Amino acid sequence: MTTASEKTANTPLLEVRDAVKVYGGGFLSGGRRVHALREVSLSLDATPARITAVAGESGSGKSTLAGAVLGFVQLDAGHVLFEGQDVAAMSRNQRFNYRRSVQAIFQDPYAVFNPFFHTDHLFNLVMRRFGIAKGRKAARARIVEALETVGLRSDDVLGKHPHQLSGGQRQRIMIARACMMAPKLIVADEPVSMVDASLRSTILDIMLRLRDDNNISFLYITHDLSTAYQICDDIHIFYQGAQVESGPVDAVLGNAKHPYTQLLIASIPEPDPTRGWGTQLPPDDENNDRDIINGCPFYPRCPKRMEQCVAHLPARVSLDDTGHQVACHLFVK
Amino acid sequence: MSNRTTAAAVCEVRNLTVHYDVSATPVVAANEVSFDVYEGETLGLVGESGCGKSTTAMAMLRLLQTPGRVAGGSVNIAGVDIMRLRPAALRDFRWRNIALIPQGAMNALNPVMRIEKQLADAIAAHADTGGRQALRARIGELLEMVGLPADVRRLYPHELSGGMKQRVCVAMAVALNPPLVIADEPTSALDVVVQRLVAQSLIRIKETLGIAMVLIGHDMGLMAQLTDRVAVMYAGRIMEIAPTDILFKAPLHPYTQQLIDSVPSIRVKKPLRVFPGGPPDLRNLPPGCPFEPRCPKAITICRGETPALKACGEKQYAACHVPNTNRNNI
Repeated sequence: MTTASEKTANTPLLEVRDAVKVYGGGFLSGGRRVHALREVSLSLDATPARITAVAGESGSGKSTLAGAVLGFVQLDAGHVLFEGQDVAAMSRNQRFNYRRSVQAIFQDPYAVFNPFFHTDHLFNLVMRRFGIAKGRKAARARIVEALETVGLRSDDVLGKHPHQLSGGQRQRIMIARACMMAPKLIVADEPVSMVDASLRSTILDIMLRLRDDNNISFLYITHDLSTAYQICDDIHIFYQGAQVESGPVDAVLGNAKHPYTQLLIASIPEPDPTRGWGTQLPPDDENNDRDIINGCPFYPRCPKRMEQCVAHLPARVSLDDTGHQVACHLFVK
Repeated sequence: MSNRTTAAAVCEVRNLTVHYDVSATPVVAANEVSFDVYEGETLGLVGESGCGKSTTAMAMLRLLQTPGRVAGGSVNIAGVDIMRLRPAALRDFRWRNIALIPQGAMNALNPVMRIEKQLADAIAAHADTGGRQALRARIGELLEMVGLPADVRRLYPHELSGGMKQRVCVAMAVALNPPLVIADEPTSALDVVVQRLVAQSLIRIKETLGIAMVLIGHDMGLMAQLTDRVAVMYAGRIMEIAPTDILFKAPLHPYTQQLIDSVPSIRVKKPLRVFPGGPPDLRNLPPGCPFEPRCPKAITICRGETPALKACGEKQYAACHVPNTNRNNI
């Protein structure tokens, strides 16, 4: 438990400070280094609960960030703080509490289940581990309640093996398990990228309800800007480990400043044949961008690149007082 | 958009039915599917997973794997019923008359062969190459057409990015200038910026070669941008087929409406619309219209009688007892 003295009203729920992660550089990768996180900083307020998106293409470092928050990835530099406590320096008790307060939902609802166990096992395991409810009856009631939150009837899913359930049921079971713990934060790593359109809105709707009714914050890792626009409060756009643009979702996606954010938005096909894709083509994807170590990683593909872009990574600049920040030399004064 | 009053059909699919023999009663993955693909047009085949869109495409190429089998129907391409071809003739027929752009380009190329050799092999296996010079020139032409630099020919697949590999597959598919290409979710594994580039290659081959295409997908946004007509599938049946602009402006089938409404927009914030139910279980379909359990407009007849695909306006067909009548905005 974090003591009251360390925790003030302004302590963010989650804070990432100057996180750096570099993969490779060893013998097997031929000395090639991949900068998965380049001095990334972000913070999530405790109240009111908010949904914060971390958006980017593959290789942007968004899943590395999720892994760092969940404790799967060791940072090379920087800190992850939960309620003001450095996750890397937590005591046993603090860590136990952290594990309970931070839950995760993953991309593939088929890969996260052990096919040999009933779904009950999944719930009972955490029930026992964290001592959530005393006695069988109370435990059962807790499970049923969690399942109802995600719109599942307990008779339909409990006592079944994973193969008897649909992808949508499985994904919702994982959400139910997460919210049974009454967490403060859920890290959702691409929760809707493998589901059909009809199920997508169901899951996004559950996330909104958990935010509003249960006061659970979300770190929503996604490659899909449209769903982020629909449900998120804040967004961070990542490109090859660098945070290129951040802020309230309306400002970042409605008034994008970074050339990369603009390119991403322009590349989305609109479900409206009268609204064309535009003729401006994105630059090709053939560049070996990883060679840019100190400069802006977007340099090789940027339509507005300048000399100073190769020299050093631009600092993040605040554009206004809403929190809209951009890391681009175009805006460095 | 191609003018369909004069354009001829390059492909006629009639009552195509595919069974998967996985139990005593076969699972019907494609049920009496009929449509035409006209010269130079791109026809979208769209639906959720398990709706039969890939099954239909594979059946058109006769590439179904057991336990799948074509239980009935015909596929006429360039006047030949592909279902009746003998194996040797079929091998000769494919690629020259109908080619496939596969879903996972990552696994479609030979990892130990240079791109040039792979393209050359494909051409040489099916046509007279006209000598080494002509072959080299043709390969250069193909790579240029899909927007790849010429030096890609000397590279191995692992040296290319996902989007480039996918574009090599596009070049291979059109190498022999077939009248029809089937693209099975050609961009589903790609990032949005790269998807835009691959889509541009598809637009390019359509414009320069006039190749007709069947584009399989689930992304209504991509359908709106790339197709001339769209066929919406559900539970192995075509629910609606119409020119793209009409389909998006005034869909007739409640399912089409839901598909369009479920695409999240990046311009307008809308309250999330949650549609109950999930994709149908093909082993246990309801009687009547397969969409009835999820349909907001279902009436009694929908539970008893499966609606047939019928014309509901010029060029627009729907299989629905209660099609949308609010068409005044057309």
